[in-house]
This record gives sequence, C-alpha cells and structure tokens, in this order.
Amino acid sequence: MADKKATRHGFYDGLVNLARKHHDIYAVDADLGSATGSSIFQKEFPDRYIDVGIAEQNLVGISAGLARVGLVPFCSSMAVFVAGRGFEIIRNAVAYSRINVKIVGSHTGITAAGDGGSHQAIADMAAMRAIPNMVVLSPCDYFQAAKMAELMYAHQGPMYIRTSREPVEAVTSLDDEIVLGKAQQLCDGKDVCIIATGMMTVLAIEAAKALHEEGIEAKVVNIHTIKPLDAIGIKEAVLSCKGRVVVCEEANMFGGLSEGVASILVEEDGIRFAWVAIEDRFGQSGATSVLLGAYGITKENIVRKAWSVIQR
Amino acid sequence: MNTIDRLKKKADQLRMDTLDMILEAGSGHIGGSFSIADIITSLYYDVMDITGGPHDEDRDRFVLSKGHANPILYAVLLDKGFVPKDAKGTLRQFGSPFQGHPDSSVCPGIDCTTGSLGQGISVGTGMALGLKKLGKDSRVFVVAGDGELNEGLCWEAFMAASNFQLDNLTIIIDRNMLQLGGHTEDLMKLGDLKAKMESFGFAVDEIDGHDIGSIGSTLRKKYPDTPHCIIAKTIKGKGVSYMENNPSWHGGIPKGEEVAQAYKELGGTCHG
Repeated sequence: MADKKATRHGFYDGLVNLARKHHDIYAVDADLGSATGSSIFQKEFPDRYIDVGIAEQNLVGISAGLARVGLVPFCSSMAVFVAGRGFEIIRNAVAYSRINVKIVGSHTGITAAGDGGSHQAIADMAAMRAIPNMVVLSPCDYFQAAKMAELMYAHQGPMYIRTSREPVEAVTSLDDEIVLGKAQQLCDGKDVCIIATGMMTVLAIEAAKALHEEGIEAKVVNIHTIKPLDAIGIKEAVLSCKGRVVVCEEANMFGGLSEGVASILVEEDGIRFAWVAIEDRFGQSGATSVLLGAYGITKENIVRKAWSVIQR
Repeated sequence: MNTIDRLKKKADQLRMDTLDMILEAGSGHIGGSFSIADIITSLYYDVMDITGGPHDEDRDRFVLSKGHANPILYAVLLDKGFVPKDAKGTLRQFGSPFQGHPDSSVCPGIDCTTGSLGQGISVGTGMALGLKKLGKDSRVFVVAGDGELNEGLCWEAFMAASNFQLDNLTIIIDRNMLQLGGHTEDLMKLGDLKAKMESFGFAVDEIDGHDIGSIGSTLRKKYPDTPHCIIAKTIKGKGVSYMENNPSWHGGIPKGEEVAQAYKELGGTCHG
C-alpha cells in the first residue's frame, strides 16, 4: 500500500514541477502557505511567490491584476476564506470577464478537523459552481491533484480547485489521464453506481470492495470536474446500474455534487438516489476519525446507502 | 492653442459626449463622470503612454475603480477610436460594449472590469505588481471615488501597494465629498484623508482636480519605491452650474430647459 498523502501537497508538488518550465506561473497566498501547501513553491521560487498577508479579498484582486498583465497566478487560502470572503471578488474581478486566475481552496470538508467548524469548508463547491465561467475541480488523491496543476495551466480562464488536508491512499497514478469535464470510472459494476469526489472516492472504492463481499457489484465513478459536470457520462454510468446511485461528497448536501448529479438524472425514469454528504450542519473540532463517524462520512454509510437504493 | 487650452476644450467636449450618451440611454451617472472629466482628459490626452494602442503590452494602464463614472471613459474610447463610433448610442443597451459598468471582455480599451466598488484599486495594485515582475516601465493609474474608500478592500490594497514599493502605481481619489446617500463626512467620515494615505505609506499630493495644468504635472511625479496618491478636490457635476455639488445629480437625468442649459454652459449645442 502506498503512503497516504494529501491533495494539498500533491497539487503544489505538481505546480512546482510545472513552474520550472513555465516562468509565468506565480503563487499568491494570504499568510497560510504552510497550511495550503504553497510554501514549497515559495522555497523554490521566492521571486514568483507573493504573500499578500491575511487579506483574502486582496488575494483575489491582486491575482486578477497579475493575470491582467499576462501572468498566471495560482492564489490560495483555506477554502472557507478564499471561496467565502473572496466570493464577490472572484465573481466580479475574475469570472465576469473570464480572467485567467486559478484559485486553490484547501482544508475542504470536515477533515480540516481540529480547527473546528469555522475553518471547515462545506459550501465552497456550491458557491464556486454557482458562478458562470467558473470551472470547479476536485481531485481524489495526491497524484490526481499533482496532474491537475498541468491541466489548470493549459486551460485559459478562471478555475477553482478544492484540496484537502487529510492524507488519503492513492487510487490513481500519474499515468492516468484526466480529461476536463469527464467522469472517471475506477471500478466496474452493474448493481449500483457510486459517484464520488475528493477524498470520498477512496471511501467509495473501499465500500465497493465491502459490497463485493456481500455479492453486490458496484461501479465507482470519480468526479474530478465538478463543473462542467459530465452529464452524458453520469447518465450512462447510472443507467447501466439499473438507475441505482449513491453520491458521495465531503460537503454540505446542498449545491454541490449531489444536487448536480440529481439535476442530471431528474428527467430519467426509475432512478433510485441516495447521498452521503454533510446533512446541513456545521462541522466542529474533533479527531478526524471521530468527526467522519459523527457526520456519516464513512465506508459503512456508503454501503448502507447502497443497500437502501438496491432494496428500494 | 496651447496645451492647457486644448485639454480644457477636450474635457468639455468629453462632458458633452457623455451627456449625449446618458440622455440617449435615459440613465447613467453624470455627476461622477463630470467630476473626473479633467483628470481623465489629462491622463488620456497628455500623461499616459498609449501610443501602441489598447492591446500593446507595454502601454500604461487605466483603472476606473469608480466604475459608475464609465460614460466619460466611453467618451474617451470613442474619441480615441478604440471602439467603433456607432457604439455611441448604445450605452446600457442589450448587447452593447458600453455596459452599465465597464466590462473588459466586451469593450476594447477597458483595462479592468469594475463596478463593484473597491475592486479596481486591488486589481490595479496587482497590475502594477505584475508589470514590475515583468520588468516593464508601464505605469498604472487608478481613479477611485472618495465614497468608495468605505470599502475595506481598498485599505488592504493600499497596505500591499506600499509593502511592495509600487512606485509605478498612482491612485487618484476623486474627492468630491459626495456619495449616493449624501456628504461623505456625514455618512462615513474619511477625516484627514491625506494623513490616512500617508500613514499607509503613500506619497500624497493634494490638488484642484479641475486645474488641468496641475493635474498633469502632479500625475507625472514619481516617488522612488513609494506608491503615489493624488487627492483631487473636485466638484461633482463640474461644468454645469445647476448640477455642481448637488447629490441629486449622482444619477439624475436633465430634462427640457436643463438639457439646453447644460450644453450651453459646456460651450456647445445640443446634439440630440
């Protein structure tokens, strides 16, 4: 088994590698480089690292300015602050005129753990998804996050990537291609389709293994692009599993992947839908494993939801 | 005609073009457009290096952070030929490059999308920082409203501008003392603005924002390693006597006799 590593580090390892070739790449942070993972970029490229201090609105505004004169800024903070406090700057100074700013939100979901509910981003996906022109990415493991740096640099226009503090097992490799806006099947099955994003994908694969022991073949689809969401791929995957689907996200149940998938399937007949997500409440402090259990973000809950749609 | 007289005449012509557009549209911000008319004229017709056109990477940049004053900027872009002449009658209309607030993605010559107050100051600061990183000599000029300074983001950006020693950045504050809800010092007082800006690390000059000679000489000043702030004392609605210093002309539209009088005072005749 490979070492567990966090997507926040995968992303910046990928970006540093890319920045060796592309000198227009800049990293901008708001005094949280050691938390977001961007400090590794600062170490190698101090002249291309800009720390704006604890000021997330200005983080986004300064980045929009850098992009307007031709640089490619990747600006980061904890997702709560950059996607929350920075929201209206992202909307008007970046997305509205399609400015080439890449936004990195770390510490997503309740696995920000000890810092408590104030720091746990559960609405960032929903907020970023609601902005026109915005592309929203959510890598499932270290390697996918690393590869996304390249994909983000190649794409012209605003993008948001949500990364996680929690180290997880790798379920993809650097050889696995990522196609923007395409769902990625990681396990094949025909009895139930488990659609997951971010650190939930690892849990979804574990759940599929557990279901296999119980005689159920689950398809696991990883969604690394939250927007644009792969409507065709998702429909095909779910319909090939008798319309049974469980959507898993480490975010509030509203406005994120679950509702996105539901909106794609709403016109199909015979859909049986369940979700594993945070049920409209704030997080709190606690050991990661305790929190995940308390909020139902577990392999066991995915298995239980899978059975619920199979037996419905 | 000497330079000063030529610029004065240009400023009044731009005021009349602005009035044409706003009357045609039936809405728009005359007061704030007129208060910056002399400043924007000095920038675009005297100080800024835009000889390479609106897409030249080495050009100076202009950010209208008080985006609601955009009709006067649109008048400049039309006059410069950056936007086709037939756009003139389309202010605030569907599909127009002249949106209610400036959008760079549809209007050539707009260096920065604005409209949400405070953001232009922050983005302009990022542009100045980026131009320095790129080793360019280009300067960035930002025109901000005094009411706009209520926004906290402005002060985040001011802190950053001096921290990064952006001597290629000039913030011009249109100090007309009025905002939508009334007098700036009654609504949310700015107090000693010069002292505030100096304490944030700016070199500050205070000028008469309608004295086109001193506007130009002050805009040309550069202070090594220090961002520059010009507090331009202006009169909202400047150029038309009944509009001057009257907050109802923030977004008001003249009618009947008022229209003729406005053009007359600006030295022209009604085009419409």
